[in-house]
Amino acid sequence: MASISIEKVTKIYPNGFEAIHELDLDVADGEFMVLVGPSGCGKTTALRMVAGLEDITGGTLRIGDRIVNDVSSKDRDIAMVFQNYALYPHMTVAENIGFALKLRKIPKAEIKKKVEDAAAILGLTEWLDRKPGQLSGGQRQRVAMGRAIVREPSVFLMDEPLSNLDAKLRVQMRAEVARIQRRLNVATLYVTHDQVEAMTMGDRVAVMRAGLLQQCDKPQVLYDHPVNLFVAGFMGSPAMNLFDATLGEGAATALVGSQKLELPSSLHAIRPALKSYANRPVIIGIRPEDLPVAGDEPAAIDEAVYFEGDVELVEALGSELLVHFTTDAHRVEAEGAKDADSEGLSAGALTKGGEGVARVEPRSQLVVGRRVRFRIDPARFHFFDPASGLSITS
Amino acid sequence: MRNRARHGWRRWINGPYIGAALIALFILLPMYWMLASSFKSQSNVGAYPPQYFPVPISTSGYHAAFADGFGGFVVNSLVVACCSTALVLFLGVFAGYALGRLPMRGKYPIMVSLLMISVFPEIAVIAPLYLVMRDIGWLNSYQGLIFPYTAFNLPFAVWILRNYFLGISMSMEESARIDGAGPLRTLVTVVLPQVTPGVFTAGVFTFTACWTEFLMALSFDFGKKTIPVGIASFGSQFTVPYGAYFAASVIAVVPIAILVLVFRKAVVSGLTSGAVKG
Ligand SMILES: Nc1ncnc2c1ncn2[C@@H]1O[C@H](COP(=O)(O)OP(=O)(O)OP(=O)(O)O)[C@@H](O)[C@H]1O
Ligand SMILES: [Mg+2]
Repeated sequence: MASISIEKVTKIYPNGFEAIHELDLDVADGEFMVLVGPSGCGKTTALRMVAGLEDITGGTLRIGDRIVNDVSSKDRDIAMVFQNYALYPHMTVAENIGFALKLRKIPKAEIKKKVEDAAAILGLTEWLDRKPGQLSGGQRQRVAMGRAIVREPSVFLMDEPLSNLDAKLRVQMRAEVARIQRRLNVATLYVTHDQVEAMTMGDRVAVMRAGLLQQCDKPQVLYDHPVNLFVAGFMGSPAMNLFDATLGEGAATALVGSQKLELPSSLHAIRPALKSYANRPVIIGIRPEDLPVAGDEPAAIDEAVYFEGDVELVEALGSELLVHFTTDAHRVEAEGAKDADSEGLSAGALTKGGEGVARVEPRSQLVVGRRVRFRIDPARFHFFDPASGLSITS
Repeated sequence: MRNRARHGWRRWINGPYIGAALIALFILLPMYWMLASSFKSQSNVGAYPPQYFPVPISTSGYHAAFADGFGGFVVNSLVVACCSTALVLFLGVFAGYALGRLPMRGKYPIMVSLLMISVFPEIAVIAPLYLVMRDIGWLNSYQGLIFPYTAFNLPFAVWILRNYFLGISMSMEESARIDGAGPLRTLVTVVLPQVTPGVFTAGVFTFTACWTEFLMALSFDFGKKTIPVGIASFGSQFTVPYGAYFAASVIAVVPIAILVLVFRKAVVSGLTSGAVKG
């Protein structure tokens, strides 16, 4: 058992490409840390440096109290699950799982027992004598997990271990991996590009973009208080609606397209910095679920702000409706938002011009082509500086 | 229905099958003729009209071959071919792995020069090589053939093996590394079992090449004759012992045939399936 401490770690590939820039990340003992970001942002690179499969160009990497920058993989006491599982095709499931133990010269009887225990945890007992080629994708995934857990390592590393499974199995294994991690209580660094996986599995989530760590916090904090446009757009599906806006005198109003929203003083109480953006452009953000149709909202909202759009398409998901609406406002496309996997039509495919998405009550009366009026709790608005992309908080 | 499968012998009558049968006939007929002739008596080998079946069956050809020292040639050939093949595979596996996997400078020039060496005509080096062999006293010795054979066959084997190594998922080796296996261990327990088809391919090619090589064997080992040289030396200026030629040829083909059969079994296609992704 140990923690992982990544301090100002930088990776420059031999071709001069800087894949990671001064990454700072701490994974506490027993913690499940998810590293998430769009393709090519350096997640795998970061993980491989922790695993010792890639040289560290600069910075310090500690596992436990030990600096391991120059310690070889096998002496780091880690276990890794690869995206393609990397099972040994000529060995049976039992041999695959027991391979690392055999290398450590552990007595045969003890290996057998440990392998059987791991197989029992993963429901692999009846497949122990099979070769990987004779297993389904989900079973192979479990074997890869089994190979990692028998080792009883101090650190678990996983690189998109679920990405080769079909959607249903992925949801199932998501819960299972989280359950096993909790049970073993080992510091885990888990890489994914799927923000849903990140939200549901991580104790904490680190969002990366182009080799830079954007924000690292509990999933709910990331969701409720994204530090910048990128995190705001990346986390959540459908993505947050982001529109160009201009604040009026004293930041009391916001002009979104041709609609003038009255911003109540209660909002300025929680976001005093907003005042300094008076008469200046900002980017205003609102999550789809924070756009209830006027009259349908669960609880009455004090000092509500009204916002209108034309209904373009209604997707009925049973428990809710996804309403795609258009406005004359200019929609801001946060980079990376389109990468996020999404259930439903939502992200990307339909967005254009001033389109937004709202997640509303299934019984809302909505007609395509008609105007819809949303009643918004002003505390739910997010504001971003258009120049820096940073959230306008305090 | 127009597409109903034709039954019985009729379904064999179609373009591809007839083509395949013709090709097989073209290849097998000389083989059959060799086999049949090896069991004919000396006078029947060249008989006119030709004998399609050896009647009566005679083993005189085989007796003649062994009387002319054929047993010794077989031993010589076996020693030379087996040792060369073993050496080629041993060196080829390490060289192929290094060229396929390890971070190394100058891989490309090495691969190109290997390719060039492998197509180098033997005749061009035979004279200088003869002088070398004579000076170090390796004429008429096993090593006098084993080392040149290894040198000539290694490049091709390295190429084949390297390509097989390249086909193995890198993450499998990385996984072994994290599991605690050193490079040699990884090569032997994780990588090598998956390239057996490559090892067999390289092995069969090398063995066959050594088994049938004539020029160097004739030049360097006129005392310790291998099979091709031995067969050529049968008889005398005035006799052409066809029976012995055919009998010896049949025996010479046997190990190659066995090898090919074993090789077919060893190439378990799709051996690596299931190792990575779904
Ligand atoms: N060996 C290498 N040499 C040079 N550049 C590399 C190398 N490996 C990766 N890169 C670059 O580094 C960046 C980060 O790669 P990395 O594999 O870490 O991305 P990732 O976040 O894991 O992406 P994905 O979600 O697609 O797996 C990419 O831009 C990639 O092109
Ligand atoms: Mg990756």
